Amino acid sequence: MFHRLTHILSCKEATRLMSQAQDRPLGLGERVKLRLHLAACTACSRFSRQMAVMREALSRYRT
Amino acid sequence: MDASNFTAELDRHRRYLLRVAQLQLRDADAAEDVVQETLVAALGARVGFTGRSSVKTWLTGILKHKIVDAIRQRQRQPVVVASFDEETDLDDFDPLFKDNGAWQAPPADWGDPENALSRQEFMSVMEICLEKLPPNTARVFVMREVMELDTEEICKELTITANNLWVILYRARMSLRECLERNWFADPARG
Repeated sequence: MFHRLTHILSCKEATRLMSQAQDRPLGLGERVKLRLHLAACTACSRFSRQMAVMREALSRYRT
Repeated sequence: MDASNFTAELDRHRRYLLRVAQLQLRDADAAEDVVQETLVAALGARVGFTGRSSVKTWLTGILKHKIVDAIRQRQRQPVVVASFDEETDLDDFDPLFKDNGAWQAPPADWGDPENALSRQEFMSVMEICLEKLPPNTARVFVMREVMELDTEEICKELTITANNLWVILYRARMSLRECLERNWFADPARG
């Protein structure tokens, strides 16, 4: 079943949720699905770190 | 801080203010105007500056209001509203992903980002990437990430729905990510 984890949520949907997580609190179901997806997907885990890097870069741009 | 030191201090931030205003307004004259208004307002409010925040943060706060005013005035012109619709148009086709929603080209490993974040050239690349965003997208993204307006405030100011806002911010982040990766992190000498 493990290989099916990424089918609960596609990478496209996962990136949308990760972006929205920067702007609104995700619901419990969304958080669970996202966590399962990230556990199985290297590409989206990178993406998740990159979102944080971009936010940090933009905050340094400001100060 | 006496008046002439204060004026000099304001002047030091002029370029930064202009860049932020230019990103938001995409119009050199309009950007120049709001920065001018911001500096005049700052001079007038000098006694109100308590020194608790940095001068730059304080100026950014004033600039934010001036930009919101400028955008509000502009929004009365229908042409801007139309282009807003265009940028929020929900087209399900997304060239970054395959039909099944998997990545076309998975994100690269950015290595230790601290190397990039501490470099002035990286900030310049980021600025160029921001300038490449479609105008309304850049405006919304800078409001959110540089001026730190909350999402409700942005929706209210621009009369867009939360859903539209999420779509715009998503596109901005995807585009900025791709641009940074291509123009900075893909270079092995930097990552």
